[in-house]
This record gives sequence, structure tokens and C-alpha cells, in this order.
Amino acid sequence: MEKKIRILVAKPGLDGHDRGAKVVARAFRDAGFEVIYTGLKQTPEQIVESALQEDVDGIGLSILSGAHMTLIPRVLELARNEGLADVPVYVGGIIPDEDASELKRMGVAEIFGPGTPTQAIIECVKKTSRRR
Amino acid sequence: MLSEKILGGDRRAVSRLITIIEDGDPESRRELASLYKHTGRAHIVGITGPPGAGKSTLVCSLIKRIREKDKTVGIIAVDPTSPFSGGALLGDRIRMQDSSLDPEVFIRSMGTRGRLGGLAKATSDAIKVLDAFGKDYILVETVGTGQSEVDIVKYAHTVVLVLVPHFGDEIQIGKAGIIEIGDIFVINKADFGGADKTALEIKTMLELGEKRAWTPPILQAISREDSGTDKILGAIDSHMDFLRESSSLSRMAEEKVENELLELLRLEVETYILNKVGPESFEDMVAQVAARRIDPYTACEKLLETINHKD
Repeated sequence: MEKKIRILVAKPGLDGHDRGAKVVARAFRDAGFEVIYTGLKQTPEQIVESALQEDVDGIGLSILSGAHMTLIPRVLELARNEGLADVPVYVGGIIPDEDASELKRMGVAEIFGPGTPTQAIIECVKKTSRRR
Repeated sequence: MLSEKILGGDRRAVSRLITIIEDGDPESRRELASLYKHTGRAHIVGITGPPGAGKSTLVCSLIKRIREKDKTVGIIAVDPTSPFSGGALLGDRIRMQDSSLDPEVFIRSMGTRGRLGGLAKATSDAIKVLDAFGKDYILVETVGTGQSEVDIVKYAHTVVLVLVPHFGDEIQIGKAGIIEIGDIFVINKADFGGADKTALEIKTMLELGEKRAWTPPILQAISREDSGTDKILGAIDSHMDFLRESSSLSRMAEEKVENELLELLRLEVETYILNKVGPESFEDMVAQVAARRIDPYTACEKLLETINHKD
């Protein structure tokens, strides 16, 4: 059997800074993951529906707009409603510490700030992504 | 069982079954076996062509037209798996997200996982899942193809070949195997200029070939602006009418089944032999061939002999 980690990489919200998302997507690919890249300006609804159709083992969200306290809880809620509670959500971007602990409390698996080595992200996903 | 849930309209079950098919989980066979009698209703359309020709954008535009007709659609979008890392960057969804929230549209991305020919190993089974799920059309977008990746013919009723202006001269067109598989030719990005010339070159090349009962239309499109898509969908439907009227459809179905059975047999025989030989002896054989101590033809014969050995 050939199991591969499938991970969604999406950018919720309206900022157009997708370089980080692209770097991480590429690093995931080089680590042997199947990366479903949905690109910019995704609504929480689109993200969760894509995660469902693609049957991913993790959802990676890159957000730099400051709207994380609105968008990310919404993704978590929709994912739970769709029966995807076992799919961990990872967040990359600029998230203030107090928001980070609040998001983790709400159920975000891990938060990666600027400067996190891609290898650290890969290791974390390998350890924590949904097991099939 | 997943198959029951799928027949009941459960999207998550569809998604999960495709995953276990991709993983090669033996359970997937039982599920597919019980879905099989519910398949055979969808019009399967292959969308192929060189990288960057606008296949995903055309698919996005086709989805909208199909939905306007109140028909449902499933999409399988294949992108290449890296032969080095085994990973894949599946980016076809980027251009299809407009329709991602429509409950009658189901989009699934797949990596080729080592298979040549422009399709993933699991593609034909994933098609069956979406077919049984009740989709009227199934659009299969292949990886960007060059001159000989023609696997899609085995699975699709209709093959749409997407090209761009300045694709090459008549000789390029003439040698490319993909030209032979097109039921419909689309010259996308027609606003770039040179589309008429490319159309003429394709037409000339087709006229030089053997006369076919179906004359492939050569259409121009600007998929980014949804321009030309109506005609393409019209041609897709006309091609299905032609297949039905000319009784090619049933012949096609039989050919498909024949291909599939042969492929299954090949796989089973391979698995059977490899199991009998055992991974260590197989690796040893590989090493011997690599060291030129034995040639691959003799090695193959030796491996085949294991069939006759009694356990």
C-alpha cells in the first residue's frame, strides 16, 4: 500500500502575500507529500469543502492579513460540522502570541511564525497529521 | 460500507473511497465491486494537451456551462508526482474554485504516483466512483502531455485536445501522437494571435490522415473569458450523439472492459509472482542484472518459472 500525506495549503482572507504559502507548499512536495494548493482569497467554506473533497490529512492556512481571529475559528467550526474534526489545522503567518494561544485553545494544531524552518513544519505535520 | 453511503449521496464517502483506491487498500476492491452495476451512465470527457495550454481554465469554464444546463459534473484533475521525492503539487483546483461550493460539483486532485501516460493509476477507478455517485459528466484533466501520453483514450468517451497558437508547424502536429486522439480540438488563448494559422495546420494534418467517421471539429476559445466554451460543450454532446448513433459506444465499452481486464490480470500476475519470489530474491535478481551478471530477459524467464513451482 502506498499511503501519502495529503495536505491542503490555502490562503484565507484578502491579503495577496502568497510567497510563504508557496514556499511551504514546495517544501511539502519535496518531503513527499501530496499538496493540494488552492491559492488566494479562499473563504472558510471553500477551504473546508476542498478539504472534504480532497480527503486531506491536514489543512495548512497561511494568513498575514490580521483577520485570523475571524477566519480561523470559522474554518475550525465548519470542519467540525462536516465531520472533519480529526483533520488538524496548521496556521502560518504573523499571529500575536495572545491570539496564538487562543487559537490553539480553539483547536489549531500548531502555529508557525515567520522564520520557522520548513523542516520543522514538515516534521510537525508528519507527527501530527491524520493517520489513515 | 462506503459504497452504500456513496449511493445515498454522501460526499465524504466518495472522497474517502478515492483515497483508499489511491492507497491500494484491498478494501477498495469490494467497494468498487458493489458500485460497478451503478456505473456506465456518465459521459466521460478527457481534457488533455501540453502544460500551460489552459486545461484547468477550460475545465472551470465547462463546469459553469454544464451547471447552466442543470447537469451535474465530477472532475478528476491529475498533476505529476515528482519522481524524486514522490510528492506532488496539485494546483488544478486554483482555477476551479469558483464552482467549489456548488453541491453538484465534485472536484478531486490526483498525483500520477509514478505512472506514465498522463493519468494516475487510480484514475479509472475514481471515474467509476463519480459515475456511480450520479454525475452526468466526468471531466478528467490529464497532466500536461507532450507527444505520446495517450492513456486518456482508454478511459474517456470523448477526448478534447487543448492546444495554443504557435504550437508548432505541420510536422510537429503530424508526429505528435496526441493529435491522433483528439475528438475535439480546441485552440485556446485564441486572442494571442496565430490561432487561425494553427487551426489550418491541424485541419491540413487531419485531412492527410485516414478518413474517420467522426470529423473532429477545430474550435477556438479564450477560456479565461469563458469565450468559446458553449461551442466546445456543444461539440462534446454531438460527439456523444455520434457515438450512440454509430453504435461505437457499445464497441468502446467492450474495448474498455478488455483493457481493464488485461490490466487487472497483469497487476495480479505481477503481484502473484512477486509474492512467490519474495522481495529478497527479487532484489537479488535486480542486483544481478544491474551488475550485468545476467541479462533482464533471462531474469524475467527465471522469475516466470516460479509460477510452475509447487508451494
